[in-house]
Amino acid sequence: MPTNSPTLEFKSGSFSVPILILFSDDLKAIGQQLQEKVDLAPEFFKNSPLIFDVQELNKLSRAIDIPALVDIIRQSGLLPTGIRGGTTQQNKEALALLIPVYSAHSSTPTSADTQAQKQKIIEPEPSVNASATIMTRPVRSGQRLYASGDLIVLAQVSAGAEIMAEGNIHVYNTLRGRALAGVQGNVDARIFCSDLQAELISIAGNYKISEDMRDVVSKKSVQIYLQGHTLIIKDII
Amino acid sequence: MTRIIVVTSGKGGVGKTTTSAAIAMGFAKKGHKTAVIDFDVGLRNLDLIMGCERRVVYDIVNVIYGEATLNQALIKDKHCENLYILPASQTRDKDALSQEGVGQILEELAAKDFKYIVCDSPAGIEKGAHLAMYFADDAFVVTNPEVASVRDSDRMLGILASKSRRAEQNLEPIKEYLLLTRYSAERVKIGEMLSVADVQDILSLHLLGVIPESKSVLTASNSGIPVILDEKSDAGQAYADIVARYLGEDKPHRFIEEKKGIFGKFFGSK
Repeated sequence: MPTNSPTLEFKSGSFSVPILILFSDDLKAIGQQLQEKVDLAPEFFKNSPLIFDVQELNKLSRAIDIPALVDIIRQSGLLPTGIRGGTTQQNKEALALLIPVYSAHSSTPTSADTQAQKQKIIEPEPSVNASATIMTRPVRSGQRLYASGDLIVLAQVSAGAEIMAEGNIHVYNTLRGRALAGVQGNVDARIFCSDLQAELISIAGNYKISEDMRDVVSKKSVQIYLQGHTLIIKDII
Repeated sequence: MTRIIVVTSGKGGVGKTTTSAAIAMGFAKKGHKTAVIDFDVGLRNLDLIMGCERRVVYDIVNVIYGEATLNQALIKDKHCENLYILPASQTRDKDALSQEGVGQILEELAAKDFKYIVCDSPAGIEKGAHLAMYFADDAFVVTNPEVASVRDSDRMLGILASKSRRAEQNLEPIKEYLLLTRYSAERVKIGEMLSVADVQDILSLHLLGVIPESKSVLTASNSGIPVILDEKSDAGQAYADIVARYLGEDKPHRFIEEKKGIFGKFFGSK
């Protein structure tokens, strides 16, 4: 068991934020139209975060004045929290106002991107995950191991040890401690081990304790994956 | 080359001091210049087991604080001239020890051509135990065949693997050996005790030897003569085997199987 509880923890999450795409650099018009939109649903827009996108403007080489734009957005009760598609100068100005810079391509993939993605599916990456962590020595009671990718343990994991990975966990020996895969919420993560005697197994926060695993036969290779919110333990033949 | 051995366990009362005294005497009797250091500051016991409690003047804390030289504090053993004891202080606590101080003492002992330095660790995983194992080259993990002791040993092994000097400086890891003490083949047979196989399954550690539960250990402790000097006793022989095995001799394991009567003891068991 960990002796001192951590003060903080980083987790990744995704949520939608409205993006304001600008087609004109007429600050006055922007202010007016923005206010009209906000007035339609004042409760919805009140203190809402907002990312503004100036990519279209920059394509037309009409570089808008960022501090002035930020001012106008704030006046309408919105909280600008990011800039997208800005020039180097604009990004600099935004950062000076403590507004983060987002890359312009993330949400609207061009046809080239889609092509690349298709290519990826046909030619999957090599099976050896570059971000895998390999542990060759036993993980002893009281030790904690965290891997940001996959975690591969070639020795035993003792009772009272805790291994965590954002990706999959492989234990090619007896697993007696706790194993938590997909700790950042990856529901597709799996746990593989050659002898399951774990105190606790968890995938993306869905867990089973050893009491719930009484009928698991030891000294047999199993894999554990998530189906809905249920952990499935299955033999690997 | 000096070899620093820590005798450790995590749990108390499993036989660390008995083991320290026995193996240190074993090395010395084999002709190696050996020092045994008591790290249990505040609960000094090694001097009693070694039978030198009446000759303690200075201790490890005095040496660390420069109140005595190492030569003044080292006690020469009465039974074997190759063996020296550095006692712990009874009036201080573990905070009186420092990493630099301990490191200096070990360096000085190495410079005096000591072949083996046996560090008798206190129970627990706090400062005393930490300093006892920090500089070690080898670890003798003393375990009783019961679950709590096995788990504590496992915890200790984790600390050896992550918090020792060798771990911190990315050197070759500490060599870990398992010593199973207070073993009773009879009680294993009726399921009251974990077997050697059970313990090895959990710890997966190289077994250096099994020391049977024996009255001779208590007798030896009370009389201040390390049990290894009692050559007739099973525990004494078990420790002699362990010393021999550590030094590279090939000795078959004994005391794992149940005794088969007086003749079985000599002819029956392997």
